Formats: sequence, C-alpha cells, structure tokens
Amino acid sequence: MTRYIINRVFWLIIVLLVVSFITFSLMHLVPGGPWDKEKTLAPQVVDALNKKYGLDKPFYAQFGDFIWGILHGDLGVSYSFQDRSVTSIILQGLPKTATLGVIAFILAILIGIPFGMAAALKQNSIVDYLSVIFSTIFASIPGFVLGILLIIIFSVELHWLPTGGWGSIQQIIMPAFALATLPAAFIARITRASTLEVLRQDYVRTAQAMGIKQRTILVRHILRNALIPVVTMAGPELAFLISGSFIIENLFSIPGIGRMFVNGVFARDYGLIMGSVIFYGFVIAGLNLVVDILYAVIDPRIRYD
Amino acid sequence: MTIAAESVRPHHTLWGDAWIRLRRNKLAVTGGVLILLIALIAIIYPFFSKYDFASQDLNAILQSPSSEHLLGTDELGRDVLTRLIYGARTSLMVGIFTQLIVLAIGLPLGAFSGATGGRTDNFIMRFVDVIYAFPDLLLIILLRSILGGSIYMIFLAIGLVNWVGVARLVRGQILSLKQRDFVTAARVLGGSGGYITTRHLLPNSLGPVIVTVTFNIPRAIFTEAALSYIGIGVQPPTPSWGAMIRDGYNVIFAAPHLVLFPAIAIGIIMLSFTFLGDGLRDALDPRLRR
Repeated sequence: MTRYIINRVFWLIIVLLVVSFITFSLMHLVPGGPWDKEKTLAPQVVDALNKKYGLDKPFYAQFGDFIWGILHGDLGVSYSFQDRSVTSIILQGLPKTATLGVIAFILAILIGIPFGMAAALKQNSIVDYLSVIFSTIFASIPGFVLGILLIIIFSVELHWLPTGGWGSIQQIIMPAFALATLPAAFIARITRASTLEVLRQDYVRTAQAMGIKQRTILVRHILRNALIPVVTMAGPELAFLISGSFIIENLFSIPGIGRMFVNGVFARDYGLIMGSVIFYGFVIAGLNLVVDILYAVIDPRIRYD
Repeated sequence: MTIAAESVRPHHTLWGDAWIRLRRNKLAVTGGVLILLIALIAIIYPFFSKYDFASQDLNAILQSPSSEHLLGTDELGRDVLTRLIYGARTSLMVGIFTQLIVLAIGLPLGAFSGATGGRTDNFIMRFVDVIYAFPDLLLIILLRSILGGSIYMIFLAIGLVNWVGVARLVRGQILSLKQRDFVTAARVLGGSGGYITTRHLLPNSLGPVIVTVTFNIPRAIFTEAALSYIGIGVQPPTPSWGAMIRDGYNVIFAAPHLVLFPAIAIGIIMLSFTFLGDGLRDALDPRLRR
C-alpha cells in the first residue's frame, strides 16, 4: 500500500511538471506580451517591468523560477490585477467554487443513489423505467442548458429566485441543481448497474436463505458492496464539479475561480491563466489520488501491490 | 457443403447485423432521424428563406413568435429561426470537423502505439494520460487563447484536445486483438506488421471507434456553444447557438424566447446524438450477436 502511494505521488509530480511545462511553453508562444495595452509604454518602462518580473531571463530560468514559486505556494503574478498574486485571486474565488461544488456533489449523491437503488430493487417496474429515462436525459443535457431553463421558469416567469449573484441561499439553489444533474444521472446509472450485480451474488442469496431481515441485508450486504463503484466515480465527479463549473459560474454571475479564469482569458492575463491551469491540475490529480486510496480502504479485496 | 450451410442460416455480416439491431431500437432511430432532419434543413433552408442571418430590421426588434417570424426576432430585428438554422450549420460543422481531426491524430497514433508496444508505447501513453487527466474545456480555452478566434482554429483547439480518447481506445483494442488467433495466423502466413495493422487490427477495432466518435460529436458541439457563450468562440456575425444565448441573456426578462430556443436546440441535438450513440453501442457489441 505504502509503495503504491509513493509510486502514485511520484507519477503525480511528473504529470504536474509536464503540465506546467506545456502550459508555460504555450504561454511563451503567444504573440504579444503582458504589457501590450492600449497605451504603449516607453521602452525603458517595459525593460524595467521585465526586469522586475524576471522576464528578461532566458526561458529555462523563467521556468525554474516559476516551479520554485509553485513549491512555495506562489502561482505567479497576475498581469491585469495590479498588486495581486494569482494565489490571492484563487484563494478569493476558491471558497465560492468549493461551496457550490460540494453542495452540488451532496445533491447529486442524495438524488442519484436512492433513485439508482430503487430502480435496481424494483427492476422493470415503472420506478425503474422512469429512473432510466431521466438519467439518460440528464446525462446528455448539459447543466448550462438546464440552468437556462431554470432561470426562465423560476426567475423570469415565476419571479421566485434571483437570476444570479452570490451570498444568499436562494442564489445557490439553481446553480447547485444545474451543476448536480449530470453527476446525479451518472451516479444513478452506476448505482443501478452495481446493485443489480450485487443482488445476483451468492452471499446475498445465502443471507436471504439464513432468514436475515430484508432491511439488514439491504444495508449490510447490498448497499456496502453496491456503493464501491460509486465511490470510484466520486473523484472524477468532484473534479468535474470544481473544474466544470465555470460555465455555470458565468451563467449565474458567481465570483468563483472559474469566472476569474474566464476573465483572465479575456484580459489576456497569462499569469492568471497559467496559475489557474496549474491549480486545477493539482486539485484534480490530488482528488483522484485520494479516491484511489479510499477505494482500497473500502474494499479490502483490492490490493495495489 | 457451403450450399447446405447457407440454406440453414442466411449469411450475416457484423455490419448487416448491427444495422438490423439499430433499426429495431426506437430511441436510436429517433435520434438518427432528428440528426438527418436537422442536417437537411441546415443545408437546404438558405435556398428558400426570405431572411438571412445577418440582415437587421430595426422596425421589428424583440418580437414574439408570429406568422411573419416563426420564432420571433432578436434585439437587432434579425429572424430567430433563420439564425437558429445557420447556428445548426455551425454546430454540425464543429461536430464533423473536430472529429475528423480527432480521427486523423488518434487513430494512427493509437494504432502505432498499440502495434509497436514496448517503450514507444509507454512514452506515447504517458503523454496521452497527462492530457486525458485534464479537464477538456480548460485546455481548449488555453489553446483557443493561443490559436486565435477563427472558426477553423476552434475546430483545431477542440480536436487537439479530444484525440486522446480515441488514441487510448484504439490502442486498447489493438492490444487485445493482437492476442487473437486470426492475427497469429496472419503473422504465421508471413504478413508484415503494417499489413496486419491496417488489414486486421484497425478494421476490427472500428466499431467502438464509431461509437466513441458518435458520443464525441455532441461534446464538441457543446464545447463550441460554451466557448461562444463566454465570448471566446466563433466571432460575430457567424451565428452560433452559444452566442445567441449570450446576446439574448441581456434581454431575458423582455424576450425569454431568445435564450429559450437556442438552449432547446442544444438540448435536442445532444440528446439525439446520445440516443444514436447508445443504439450504435448496443448494435455493434458482438456479444449480443445472434
């Protein structure tokens, strides 16, 4: 197990280094520098700025500086927000994105698992068909489209909820739902499939033959085993919720990291773009690692070494 | 002998079988018919329409649907139905061209990696894993901000990120096919590596590739819509559903239909491709073959 974790962390570092290098080189290929504004600066000023930010050094030295900075929690400087580091911008947006992501994640579990379970336990019933139809539809319609429909119904027509913003519970309801439907549909599908699989297992039949109460079998035997694949999906899902939320953040005017990233793209703020990409890389790789380890903890049959 | 065998059981090919199974799947047929219908309308509509997507009529702005303008007009007095249909052209083009790029890179690289094996394979797959682990949209936005905003560069940005899925799939297919008896037989008979890859390995891994591409198309369409919605997709006046939502959103309380119709259009096209993809997957799965 320890060897497995060390191996994984080693690969994680390699992956992040490669991602940083690709991003860094791409940013260097972009025509135009960070000081290209409507007002052209005097060459002396540009030289001074380049010197201040270390942009006069050769490419590899700049990359080295950048990696050194990352190791110290410094994701570089933003070129469009004066006096602010990328780290502070991300730290400002992160709580909003994370809150939204976690709420959506909980919502997806609360919707997905019961529906998937009910569908499998009552296979080929009306509950099953409805659950399959809904999960198929919601798995293919993007949250963005759903968000728009929600806004039209609940904000424009009924005037029940605000169209966007951040701070009150009313403002979270629609974006959380829009974000949760896709993972909820996936979780329902996986839960249904894995429950059907578990129901056919010998240990369930044995438990039934022994006369154990149906409830006990459901909780102790079926639920625990059926949820293993759901947990494996949880890492990528949570990563999806955190990284995929920037369209939803834009739609609902939520000042999270996704929206800041998009603003950075508009302002051609390469410092901010690069810092965000690497931040996302860390979050996603880290979450996937945690889930793979959790996977082994939950299911003792899985051994990595 | 052959005559006797044929009279017992008519000759079925994998593709013939798949076609029969696909036709029995109602959802897949509905999806396929809708896609063909949308494509057909997108191609022939401009020859019959009295409006074009860019001409403005400032005397008729923000109108609700009427017999004159079936889906109403936008904030510049442009016919929404016309823009929606031209938007379908953009979407379908994105779907097709991105997947051509995906196939052009993913198929040969995946096949090469799987057929060669060893250190080359390991190296290519590590690179693929790195890209695969990353959220698509993030990399696409990154590439888009480097490549610029022309529609071809958007095809390229999406294609350059999405090929990894196909490369992985083809490699996996080829690795498992390599162990099969008919490949061993071909090798024993003296077939060269290139011959075996192109004549035996690739054709046999085509089914899953078709399914994956069918699922990739709606994703690419949505990616373009999302890029255009945040304002870094296709540039005006080229109509795009994402851009229509962006423009219409400013006047959503006055004219919700401007946002509603393109949103529904995205939903329908994505559902259609998913239904077709589900149907194809079931139809091409040889384990279901009777």
